[in-house]
Amino acid sequence: MDSTQQVPFFNRGPGPAVRLVFFAALSLLLLFVDARYHYLESARSALSVVLSPLQQAATLPSVLWRQAGEFFVTQDSLVDENLRLHRRHEQDAAQLQQLQAVQAENRQLRNLLELPARATLKTTPVEIIYIERDAFKRKVLINKGADARLQAGQIVMDDGGIVGQLTRIYPWMSEVTLITEKNFAVPVQVLRTGLRTIAFGAGDTSSLSLRYLPVSADVQSGDLLVTSGIDGIYPAGIPVAKVIKIERDASYPFARVSCLPVGGVDKHRHLLVVSGSVKPPAVPAETQPAGRK
Amino acid sequence: MYQNASSEILRPVNPLLIWLTVIAALLFNALPWDGLWLDLRPDFVALVLLYWSLYQPHRLGIGLAWAVGILADVGDASLFGQHALAYTVLAFGGAMLHRRLQMFELREQTAQVFGILALTYGVYALVHWQVNGYVVWTYFLGCLTSALMWIPLGLMLGALGRRRAERRFS
Repeated sequence: MDSTQQVPFFNRGPGPAVRLVFFAALSLLLLFVDARYHYLESARSALSVVLSPLQQAATLPSVLWRQAGEFFVTQDSLVDENLRLHRRHEQDAAQLQQLQAVQAENRQLRNLLELPARATLKTTPVEIIYIERDAFKRKVLINKGADARLQAGQIVMDDGGIVGQLTRIYPWMSEVTLITEKNFAVPVQVLRTGLRTIAFGAGDTSSLSLRYLPVSADVQSGDLLVTSGIDGIYPAGIPVAKVIKIERDASYPFARVSCLPVGGVDKHRHLLVVSGSVKPPAVPAETQPAGRK
Repeated sequence: MYQNASSEILRPVNPLLIWLTVIAALLFNALPWDGLWLDLRPDFVALVLLYWSLYQPHRLGIGLAWAVGILADVGDASLFGQHALAYTVLAFGGAMLHRRLQMFELREQTAQVFGILALTYGVYALVHWQVNGYVVWTYFLGCLTSALMWIPLGLMLGALGRRRAERRFS
């Protein structure tokens, strides 16, 4: 069989144009079904099981590199780090004791005021397996999925603050959409003033923006944004971002506020999945005001 | 040195070799690229598919390219059919141009390969734009680096294919 010469009297099935139309139509159909109706998630997780050895193998070089690095860590740097952690631990322990006192006091005050208790956060430590290789998206995959009873919608954070949200659960891993994903929204509150607003991802590696804030809004650069917790998904009071720049242009109705995430969105390998946020009571059914139809 | 001088008769290569190289390409695409490197990453799967659809058009057709595209969609968590559509167009380009491109050396092919790759990248970005409403322009940098990878990749795959073919036929 000489592949450079196509001899017309050998029947090779439909020509390339027919195949192009057929497979293009099939792709478009799949695209439509996937984008509109999300029917294909089970097929996706089945195929992901097939692909997972390949994906595991792809992380092997970096894992080996890291292990080699860990092997050659010097005694000196370990002693140094140990000392530093000890000091940090002492500082934190002092603060923790204060925190416990404040928490007790807060619980008491909340009881007095009959406010519902704040959720205690349960966290599951996870590790990033790899970063999604689509330049359009800001997503990472972590090493636990349905096997660790993770659910889509749970919050992912690190020691600094919110990092993202679980958006897709596979049998052995899950997909985290980072808060810097374009148009990803996090309900936040300015810690200093209590002003509620929404932080949107800007689509690049490390910035968020606050849209729809009036020019006169009380925001300063350096303000810390924490989750407001009013949506029932994000637990309240977790740091999200720091305001770095505010442009107040009178020709626009809204101020342009750019922020930097405080969590290590692109930095760490180990993250925490938060579970157990309180469900807010259901929105009361709209009642018809008397006297109006 | 180039294997595609028209004097050389191309022998069919082992289908196993094609599969292994496609799997290796999927692996290369799955390496932990990040940040600017992700933008600059050549699409190895597209290159390997294009190479085989040019040099072994009867071994790697549009249907196979589509199936690999579906796998790439799962690997990249893009929409089902997004890579598949792009690779279908790619393999069609390969099937249409394989007789013309085989007349050229790898170096001369690069410009035309760049055209096919640009079309492939364009299809992918177009789908993304239709669904999400925006396009990240740095994404097209990958198209350029992919075209630059054509010569080294072509030399490598050519050498692999030739050795296997000789061993099988001698």
